[in-house]
Amino acid sequence: MNSRYYFDLITELVKKELKVRYKNSVLGYLWSVLSPLASAFVFFVAFKIVIRLKIENYALFLISGLFCWQWFVNSLLASSTLFLNNATLIKKVNFPRNSLVYSMVLSDALHFVLSIPVIILFIFIFKQKISIYLFLLPLFIFVQFFLISGISLIVSSINLFFRDLERLVLIFTNLLFYVTPIIYSESMVPEKYKIFIYLNPMAHFVILYRGIFLYNKFEYLNFLFVCVLSFIVFFIGYKIYNSLQWKFAEVV
Amino acid sequence: MKNGTVVELENVSKYYPLYHTFIGIKNFLFNLPKAIKELKTKKLCALNNVSFKVLKGETLGIIGRNGAGKSTILGLIAGVLKPTYGKINVYGKVVGLLELQAGFHPDLTGYENIILNGVLLGLTRKEILAKVDQIIEFSELKNFINQPVRTYSSGMLARLGFSCAINIDADIILIDEVLAVGDIEFQKKCYQKIEEIKQQNKTIIFVSHDLDAVKNLCSRVIILEKGKIVKDGDPEEVVEIYKKSVS
Repeated sequence: MNSRYYFDLITELVKKELKVRYKNSVLGYLWSVLSPLASAFVFFVAFKIVIRLKIENYALFLISGLFCWQWFVNSLLASSTLFLNNATLIKKVNFPRNSLVYSMVLSDALHFVLSIPVIILFIFIFKQKISIYLFLLPLFIFVQFFLISGISLIVSSINLFFRDLERLVLIFTNLLFYVTPIIYSESMVPEKYKIFIYLNPMAHFVILYRGIFLYNKFEYLNFLFVCVLSFIVFFIGYKIYNSLQWKFAEVV
Repeated sequence: MKNGTVVELENVSKYYPLYHTFIGIKNFLFNLPKAIKELKTKKLCALNNVSFKVLKGETLGIIGRNGAGKSTILGLIAGVLKPTYGKINVYGKVVGLLELQAGFHPDLTGYENIILNGVLLGLTRKEILAKVDQIIEFSELKNFINQPVRTYSSGMLARLGFSCAINIDADIILIDEVLAVGDIEFQKKCYQKIEEIKQQNKTIIFVSHDLDAVKNLCSRVIILEKGKIVKDGDPEEVVEIYKKSVS
C-alpha cells in the first residue's frame, strides 16, 4: 500500500472525526475537557473532602491521571462498535479497514493533547514547577497511541464475531479504572497487590504523566516496561486484525 | 494482464456460514460436539465453481434472480470478499458503484464528503482535489455543495454518489443496480457517461434487473442461477432466454 495514500486516508478520516464529533453542540471541544474535569470534581469531593485522603495537590493529582485515562476509555469504548458503525462501507468498499481504528485513536489523542494546557493551568494554580521533562510528552503520547491502537484493533475485530465483547469491555474498563492509580497513588497499594498495578499498562502511563506534571520526575523504568508492553499489544492486535480482516464483510 | 483479460475467476466457490438462532448457552454447552459440528457443516453455497474471464473494454451484464450470487461476484471482484475455493485475478483499479452513499457522513457538507469518499475509494488527496470540480459539475449540485448532506434529498444523495464514483479513473467499474435512482434526466446522463466510459476502452460489470438497460449497455451477458453460470453470450439472445425462463 502506497504510504502517501495511507497518510491521506488517515488524515481525512481524522478530520472527519474531529468535524463530526461536536458538530451540533454549543461548547464543542470544551466537552473533551469538561467531562474529565467533572469526574475529577466528583472524586475530589468524595475522596478529599469526605474521606480526607492525604495526598497533596489532590485536584492536580487527579486530572494528571484522568485525562490520559479518558483517552484510553474513549477509544476503547468507541472501538467495540467501530466496524459495525461503518458496516456499509466495509461491505462495499475495499480500503484498509485498520485506518478506521488508527484515525479514531488519533482523534482521541488530539483531544488529549488539547486538554494538556488545562493540566498546565492547574500546575500554575497549585504553584508547582513546570518540569523540564515536559519535552518527553510527545514520546509518551506516541507509545500510548500504539498501546491503545493495539487494544482497539483486538476489540474492534473480535467484537464482529462475538458481540458480547462490547458489554464485557464496558464492565472491564470500569474495573480497570480502580486498578489504575488515578484516585489513589501507587505507593498506597499493599505490596502483595502491587503486581496487579504493574501488569496494567495504563497504570504505568498514569505514573509517567504524573511524574512529569507533578513530581518533576521521569520514571524511566515504567517507561521501558510500558514501551515493551505497548508494542507487544500492538503486534498482537495487528496479527488478530490481519487474520480476521478478510471476513469482516461477511459478518458486519 | 494477459491477452487483454482484466478479471479472471477460476473455479470460484463461495460459501457463507449459516447463522441460525443461537440455542442458548446452556443447550450449547451440553451439546457442545454436536453444536460445533453444526456450525461447521451448515453452509450456504452462494457461488458454485464459477469460472469466467472479462476482457478489457467489455461491458458485462450479470442477470439472475435474487440470491443467485450476483452481488457476491461483485463483492469478490471488488476485493471485499474472499473466495472459499478457487482463484480470482483482477488487473487494474476497481471502483464499485455498489452502494453510492456508503462513505457519506450526514453531518459533513457535500464538498467534504466528496473528498472523504474519494480517499476511501482509493485516491490520494491531490488526485481527488484535481477532480472535485468535475464531480460537482456532473452532480449539478453546485448550489448545495456547502450544505451538510443530511439536508439532501435521496435523489440528490444518489447524484453525488454516482458523480464521485463515475469520475474516478478506474479500469474496472462495478455497477450494482444503482441507476434506478435520480430523475429520468439524470439517469439519461448516467447512461451517457457509461457510454463515454465504454468508448475509453474501460471494463464495466453491470448487475441489474432492468433487462432493457442490460440489453442496451452490455456487450456480453451472463445468467446466474443458484450460484452457477447457466448461459454466457450475446446480450439479445441471453436476455431472451432469461425472459422465457422467468415467465
